[in-house]
Amino acid sequence: MTEFTLWDILRNLLLATRWTIVLSLVSFVGGGAVGLLLLFARISARKAVRVFARCYIELFQGTPLLMQLFIAFFGLGLFGIAVPAWLAAGVALILWAASFLAEIWRGCVEAIAKGQWEASASLGMGRLQQMRYVILPQAMRIAIPPTVGFSVQVIKGTALTSIIGFVELSKAGTVVTNATFQPFTVYGLVALIYFALCWPLSKSSQILERKLNVAHRNH
Amino acid sequence: MSLIEITEVRKSFGPNEVLKGINLDVEPGEVIAIIGKSGSGKSTLLRCINGLEMISGGSISVAGAQLLDDQLHLKTLRLKVGMIFQQFNLFPHLTVGGNVILSQTVVKKTAAKTAEAMARKMLDRVGLGHKFDAYPDELSGGQQQRVAIARALAMEPIALLCDEITSALDPELVAEVLAVVRELAAEGMTLLMVTHEMKFARDVCSRVVFMHQGRVHEIGPPGEVFSNPQTPELKQFLGVH
Repeated sequence: MTEFTLWDILRNLLLATRWTIVLSLVSFVGGGAVGLLLLFARISARKAVRVFARCYIELFQGTPLLMQLFIAFFGLGLFGIAVPAWLAAGVALILWAASFLAEIWRGCVEAIAKGQWEASASLGMGRLQQMRYVILPQAMRIAIPPTVGFSVQVIKGTALTSIIGFVELSKAGTVVTNATFQPFTVYGLVALIYFALCWPLSKSSQILERKLNVAHRNH
Repeated sequence: MSLIEITEVRKSFGPNEVLKGINLDVEPGEVIAIIGKSGSGKSTLLRCINGLEMISGGSISVAGAQLLDDQLHLKTLRLKVGMIFQQFNLFPHLTVGGNVILSQTVVKKTAAKTAEAMARKMLDRVGLGHKFDAYPDELSGGQQQRVAIARALAMEPIALLCDEITSALDPELVAEVLAVVRELAAEGMTLLMVTHEMKFARDVCSRVVFMHQGRVHEIGPPGEVFSNPQTPELKQFLGVH
């Protein structure tokens, strides 16, 4: 029987961590782009668009991410479309992250005083101009800490994609355990790696919050 | 034709009718003070003129621009009337200069250089040329309100709406803002102001409108309205018996 050193285990886990990081980045960036579109839809002047965005957000926030992954992976298969695990994982995570980011950002946009909308409207700006030059620059400041905080949820969310067979950190943990029969060591290391990814993000979210509050002192 | 024509304007918030058929024509260069108790509809009337509130009935036009509920008509209208608010509403993320430049470049597509020159000129006009690079939160309330005036003027409106522009100021800062308004009036700017500054209204305005329960209750030159109020409501409001 082959002996595995700690380094063997760690090396394999770290190689898989790359995929956790890539998937997290794709989900976060893609989710941010879709989320921004959703945000505009959510506060649109047209009611039908607003209702659509609200339904989307409630649907994706109100169902488990795991179910969304299953549907993206197996659901399309029913129609004869073969979806590779990485694609299903990416799409599901992007759509899921978008629903949360849109709602976080909507809160930030609505935190901007009504007078800012009125003043910019009185100066003749259209809705998009108001958003672009007056509202978003102010909303972005307050949005940074919760957005960075949410990125931690995205990283932890990628662990679920192991169930549809995408080999990222968690899945690699299972594979390595099956080979080494050392579940405690392996999953302990997996947990430590997740912590090493997430902790700096939550910490920087806290620091940013404190910093931006100081800059915001007089408004 | 009058500059601002307000005809049979009605406005309801749900079942609550706030304006019950307002008629008011304003000639170019007139300075109109709108007075009345809170809840009489005076701020709502002002906000209807530039479309911040949509009217439920009647019509409003400013120099031929009709108030209609679509972006194009609203923009045309808002380029003709500027508005100044009780809470200043400066953009906190921009410098004083940036505040005055922004709408020129964004709305009128003015070149950056021209817009900056205009901003400096308008800030000089309100006595704040030296604050060009300061941020709004570094200014006093009176200074912020003067920047708001400069910001509105930079769009070269034909009329200005002033919504209780001194009500949020400390008493010692009221005078500097009123001095700027007085100067504008002297230069022939058409002004509609909701105000509680009775002395200012008496000195500067050409006509005073007293609103009561959503209607124009009395209207006339300040001498008449203040010295010889006709209705018991105005007498009570002015505290004369």
